[in-house]
Amino acid sequence: MALANLKQTATEARLSELTLPVGGCLAEARRAALSRVQTMGLPGRRDEYWKYTRPDTLTQAIAPTAAVFQHDEAPIFDEFDCLKIVFVDGVFDAEASDDLQLEGVQIDRLSDIESQDIHWSKDLYGVLEARGQDPVPRPLAALNTAFAKDGVVIRVTGKPSKPINLIYNHQSESSDAMLHHVIRIDAGAEVTVLENGPAAARFNKCSEIDIADGGALHMICAQGRDHERRAATHLFARLGEKSVFKCFTLTVNGVLTRNEAVVELLGDDAVVHIAGACVGDGDFHHDDTVFITHVAENCESRQVFKKVLRNGATGVFQGKILVKSTAQKTDGYQISQALMLDDDSQFLAKPELEIYADDVACSHGTTSGAIDEEALFYLQSRGVPRRDATNLLTLAFLAEAVSEIGNQDIVDTIVCRLENWLIRRL
Amino acid sequence: MAALDQTQVKEGIDQETVDAVREVGGAYKHGWATDIEMEYAPKGLTTDIVRLISQKNEEPQWMLDWRLQAYDRWLTKEEPSWAMVDYPEIDFQDQYYYARPKSMEVKPKSLDEVDPKLLETYKKLGIPLKEQMILAGVEGAENAPAEGRKVAVDAVFDSVSLGTTFKAELAEAGVIFCSISEAIREHPELVKKYLGTVVPVSDNFYATLNSAVFSDGSFVYVPPGVRCPMELSTYFRINAENTGQFERTLIIADKGSYVSYLEGCTAPARDIAQLHAAVVEIIIEEDAEVKYSTVQNWYPGDENGKGGIYNFVTKRADCRGDRAKIMWTQVETGSAVTWKYPSCILRGDDSQGEFYSIAITNNYQQADTGTKMVHLGKNTKSRIVSKGISAGHAQNTYRGLVSMHPKAKNARNYTQCDSLLIGNKCGAHTVPYIEVKNNSARVEHEATTSKVDDDQLFYCRSRGMDEEAAVALVVNGFCKDVLQALPMEFAMEAQQLVAISLEGSVG
Repeated sequence: MALANLKQTATEARLSELTLPVGGCLAEARRAALSRVQTMGLPGRRDEYWKYTRPDTLTQAIAPTAAVFQHDEAPIFDEFDCLKIVFVDGVFDAEASDDLQLEGVQIDRLSDIESQDIHWSKDLYGVLEARGQDPVPRPLAALNTAFAKDGVVIRVTGKPSKPINLIYNHQSESSDAMLHHVIRIDAGAEVTVLENGPAAARFNKCSEIDIADGGALHMICAQGRDHERRAATHLFARLGEKSVFKCFTLTVNGVLTRNEAVVELLGDDAVVHIAGACVGDGDFHHDDTVFITHVAENCESRQVFKKVLRNGATGVFQGKILVKSTAQKTDGYQISQALMLDDDSQFLAKPELEIYADDVACSHGTTSGAIDEEALFYLQSRGVPRRDATNLLTLAFLAEAVSEIGNQDIVDTIVCRLENWLIRRL
Repeated sequence: MAALDQTQVKEGIDQETVDAVREVGGAYKHGWATDIEMEYAPKGLTTDIVRLISQKNEEPQWMLDWRLQAYDRWLTKEEPSWAMVDYPEIDFQDQYYYARPKSMEVKPKSLDEVDPKLLETYKKLGIPLKEQMILAGVEGAENAPAEGRKVAVDAVFDSVSLGTTFKAELAEAGVIFCSISEAIREHPELVKKYLGTVVPVSDNFYATLNSAVFSDGSFVYVPPGVRCPMELSTYFRINAENTGQFERTLIIADKGSYVSYLEGCTAPARDIAQLHAAVVEIIIEEDAEVKYSTVQNWYPGDENGKGGIYNFVTKRADCRGDRAKIMWTQVETGSAVTWKYPSCILRGDDSQGEFYSIAITNNYQQADTGTKMVHLGKNTKSRIVSKGISAGHAQNTYRGLVSMHPKAKNARNYTQCDSLLIGNKCGAHTVPYIEVKNNSARVEHEATTSKVDDDQLFYCRSRGMDEEAAVALVVNGFCKDVLQALPMEFAMEAQQLVAISLEGSVG
């Protein structure tokens, strides 16, 4: 009883700092989302789903401050020709952004469609998020649906000539940002979306993704290297027949990150790959929480997560494959691995399978351990100094997850960055 | 041609599986009841009932105080709801907490004085209560050539222990094997020292309930350096209606000792579900080893999910000394609901824990079972092999924890949990928790879910085996890792059970 009260008080405190945008075509979805938040309450420490990650700094009314990371590196995806959309501390920056015109894509700013009465995204906004609340509540996503004032809605009708790059800059120490994106891939359409940057001191992002039959979406995200930033991101995806969704997230630094992916395979022969690599040093807590539901037949899902941890860093993985009785011939795979470079770090995992169909092949694996001494010895015997050998093996460990990205140029860029960071830092 | 054959196998497979196992198996074999005059405590749970149980067992005051304290704690606790099992709310006041055959009112001095009707019950179950060299738990074994192995049996019938065989011979070796009620009276110093030290009174809702109302169970003490001269076993039988069985087992393996303990259980087929909440505590000192094997065959309910035993069990072994070793092996085929996680606390350096499990659910059975391996000491090792088979409308969940504490340097764990589904109305789930807090610890977890493998079947058939034999072989092969870990007597029974419990799994 006391606990429920505590939760309610915390939820009310958070809500009291926010104002619900009124009017427009999204108003109803926002009200419904608010009511979901009020019913569920914001996450608390005793919630099973938050067993390994303390949600308090993500839910408290005022965001903890975070210093802006100073570095002289170019943004990670700068070398690629992209359509750039820039947000600064969670607010769209028209000047820094490219013109939102690109053949095969229709892009609108969320705050612009808010004032319209009719927009295609109305049928998706908050809809996929609401679907993703069962069986596990994700109140931070509902909070986002209710209160996020900015973001983009992207409708892909063809195969645009270049990727869309969402850039999240962090400038204010005390920024508390919420962004909500809706991405709809029409039948047979295909696009690559790149995301990078820390976004804010505290960042709450929710992406709703609807991929129609035969559509394809490739998402690659690099979460920025600010040490003190906090982020809770949600991704809700719904896949049609023969559609493809591939998503990779790179996280280096950040005091707290919780990335949730909730994917439903509704059309036969759909494919989803969710991958992630993270490098944590010191005060670093990284949580990947994935929930994949197989509804249709003959679909493939693949989860590959690699974590490198040192100096007391914590890595969390909670992955679930749910195979409904209709999803015969499912091919489900999940692997989560941690490489712990010293004795102070932690790896906490809960890889789950829940299966109701009999003709399926599902497997999951989890491993955790120190760097392979024999491999180190081998490299040293070949004249590689121990420190370089450690970096090399660490990189090789991470590269397995990075190579889940289909585009080799992007793989090379990320591996090159990781190499720089590891060698400079280790 | 070969391809065509293969396709036919694929289409026919589930039906064939069922047919094959139906051939081997039958319905639940132990569903009959013993007609005997019983003495009950009044229904419901109050401090008076706790006092009554204590008084019936002629317990000293300290034991009663312990129970009453547990009862107070129980009142403040809530029933856990996290397991993937779904059953109607249990009315804890609508149960009998104590039932004993009238003939047991005056304690028989030996098994010879026990009511023949009761002895007949165990004979019918195939449990030898005579001190003779026969295999336990296997029907028809009386006619089989004796292996020269002895098994001492403690027979628990509803709330009381009827007696224990081979007591004298065990005493000669220094081994104490008796009912827990007797141990409380005869060996209070041992019970006081160890009871509740592995599973604390307030550990969980059901363990707390058990601490308040446990009526009987077995007690084992193996002194330092003694290798127990025979296998010990307890056979639990629930007979009375609306009666819960709450047994408590306490096993202490002192320094350098060894004991193998077997546990079996059955109950009559009744329409109303019955409650079973047991606690097993095992203490293993330096260099000692305990093997604990269970064949759980409580009444699973009928094919529509009516009746059956609700089995809520807390089992835990504490490897206190260095190089202590525990091996849990379980074959779970019975019970309507199973909630059971035999666990290992690996406290001593170089201690080892092993957990081998087969859980088979059919019809409307639900099993949520697994283990906890808590690595506290250096160089501790654990191994988990779990096989879940789900058929009919059943739900089968593996739930486990592997925890590597910061001081558990060079600890190792290997976990493998595989699930097999027969039919598409059942479910197989895996919920492992892995917590690693030092980098020299190595953890490996693997899980797979599949159906009976067509290629394996095809291979067996191409070697001239008929389909029924092939399916039986594949299913038994799936369970092989676990069956091999069982003592021989149990392995035979378990193999039969594997077939029987899948009976009627489709259609």
